[in-house]
Amino acid sequence: MPIKSMAEYAASGETPEILFWVGCAGSFDQRAQKVTKAFAQILDKVGIKFAILGKEEICTGDPARRAGNEFLFQMMAYNNIHTLNGYGIKKVVTICPHCFNVFKNEYPALGGTYEVMHHTTFLQQLINDGRIKLKDGGAFKGKRITYHDSCYLGRGNNIYEAPREVLEAFDNELIEMKKCRSNGMCCGAGGAQMFKEEEAGTSRVNFERAEQALETGATIVASNCPFCMTMLTDGIKNKEKEDSVKVMDIAEMVAMSME
Amino acid sequence: MHVVQQILFIALAAVSIYIFAKKIKEMRRNILLGRDEDLTDNPGQRWKNMVLLALGQKKMFKKPLPAFLHLAVYAGFVIINAEILEILLDGIFGVHRLFVPVLGNLYSWLIGFFEILAALVLIACLIFLVRRNILKVRRLNMAELKGWPRNDANLILITEVVLMSLFLIMNTADLSLQALGAEHYTATSPFWITGHLTGLFSGCSATTLIVIERTCWWLHIIGVFFFLNYLPYSKHFHIVLAFPNAYYSKLNANGEIKNMPEIQNEVLYMMEPDKAPAVTGEQEHKRFGAKDVTDLSWKNLLDAYSCTECGRCTSECPANQTGKKLSPRKIMMDTRDRLEEVGKNINANKEFKEDGKTLLNDYITVEELRACTTCQACVDACPVMIDPLSIIMQLRRNLVMEESNAPQEWNMMFGNIENNMAPWKFSPDDRDAWVNDVA
Repeated sequence: MPIKSMAEYAASGETPEILFWVGCAGSFDQRAQKVTKAFAQILDKVGIKFAILGKEEICTGDPARRAGNEFLFQMMAYNNIHTLNGYGIKKVVTICPHCFNVFKNEYPALGGTYEVMHHTTFLQQLINDGRIKLKDGGAFKGKRITYHDSCYLGRGNNIYEAPREVLEAFDNELIEMKKCRSNGMCCGAGGAQMFKEEEAGTSRVNFERAEQALETGATIVASNCPFCMTMLTDGIKNKEKEDSVKVMDIAEMVAMSME
Repeated sequence: MHVVQQILFIALAAVSIYIFAKKIKEMRRNILLGRDEDLTDNPGQRWKNMVLLALGQKKMFKKPLPAFLHLAVYAGFVIINAEILEILLDGIFGVHRLFVPVLGNLYSWLIGFFEILAALVLIACLIFLVRRNILKVRRLNMAELKGWPRNDANLILITEVVLMSLFLIMNTADLSLQALGAEHYTATSPFWITGHLTGLFSGCSATTLIVIERTCWWLHIIGVFFFLNYLPYSKHFHIVLAFPNAYYSKLNANGEIKNMPEIQNEVLYMMEPDKAPAVTGEQEHKRFGAKDVTDLSWKNLLDAYSCTECGRCTSECPANQTGKKLSPRKIMMDTRDRLEEVGKNINANKEFKEDGKTLLNDYITVEELRACTTCQACVDACPVMIDPLSIIMQLRRNLVMEESNAPQEWNMMFGNIENNMAPWKFSPDDRDAWVNDVA
């Protein structure tokens, strides 16, 4: 399956339907790469003409801004907006809620205004439009699944239903954690915590959240964020449940269930 | 005798209203010490927020039991204040129950309704006292509430219990006096609650009853004036500031962190000097981020005065839940305490005299700020739309950009983003390496 970069599209004078913004985690983190590949496969199967920026993509600046380094954030934002506007990008789909939030809420003030979607919303629309057809009795039929709301998709942007609708399409049992939707608990990675040791405390945020996920008795914890995925996977390992409980991105689950 | 009472009453009312107005003016001045921020856009949405969130207390209902009790106290408190109008006019003109002839039967109905509300307020406040002091609800018994904040909370509840009791005793004595046909005590129909309580005073003479009724009347109105002036010194001022605070609350998505145009322009000067706005006149040097309360926006300071220390933010904070020092409620309490300190400094010295203290470090420590995951649970939890995250972010910006104070791991992350375009140390050339593995 050939994946073309924006530069290649521009060279051939073609315009893709969407720009797939992969993000740093999706590009470099081994676990998140699987999500990237799964989403690319879905796009290919459905026949959506998509581009990536490839080597021209750089960090959105999200962790720098939230750590307090506004200067670095502005540098990254400036360069990204320059690249995207240069290609005349209209629509961006991303597999990371942090990238999504920056594109949706923070780049417009800097001259970068695009239609941006998080991949879970995009997948939900493809399912609703009948462009994604799910297998009858797929891999997740009847499985106990719980869903972790990432902060930047949930509270940050009020997207609670689209990911759940995708999960419900698998014909399984969706079990909510005691803290969900706007009350959902953070995985512990946001605010640039991903990149440093936690402050001293009585427990770790990801241990607490993983415990809440395990309490549901689910065998699959569905996530929508590469950072939540890392934190929850570590939290589940801490409880030595990694053999019976898996953390999966919704895109991976869709890719496995398509006809 | 009547004239003396009238003069006393008018003097008391005038003094307490004057002191109250003076304090409000001072609070307004303190709030305006914050940086300018234009929050007047989209008035339609803002009015809607105010009606739903402040008046309707929409967010309170995430916790239904406290929400109902709170609504009872609030409704009681506000509606019974209609009765204060009559008490004020009676006091000024030296009359008794001025509105009886005007309202006729409706009067007894209204007072009966107020009595039901008063009883509800009384019961709710007693339950609140039990929750705080006997059941020890966790969020109402955390470290930052030790000392004054806890006493403040109890004092408010006790004052309300006392005021409502006085109101009910006063009405009971009044009805008993009416039954005795005492002079001045205009006959009404029995009120809904106190109509059943007159038995308590069955053996009392008219003189005793008059003493009881007058004492309650005076204590009640003195209590009201005391409470009025206590409000601005207390967390309880949220009953007033919840309204402007909801009106001026953030309309954009919670996920957005506010832009810093001054830094945006710095980058523009560097990258495309011709497009950057020209520097005109002398630029006032503004600190990057916030180190003290005067570096924060006026809305952050209004937030601080609006906080009633309920702790919904802190009980939802993942850092706090896992034993870190961060407590969003403490961020708000510290901001208010520091602002009050700066205000007193200005009162004493006419303008702010350097006191060697700042909000950052002297009140809020680096360790607290570092623990935040920016998950917005505190922002979402606040019933009156306070945004602790906004303050945390501005203090973090100051730490990093003015003091180069960041943990080593963050400095490495910054370096990686700058050099490798990703927070980890990977070669930018490998960004699309995954493409080769796609089947």
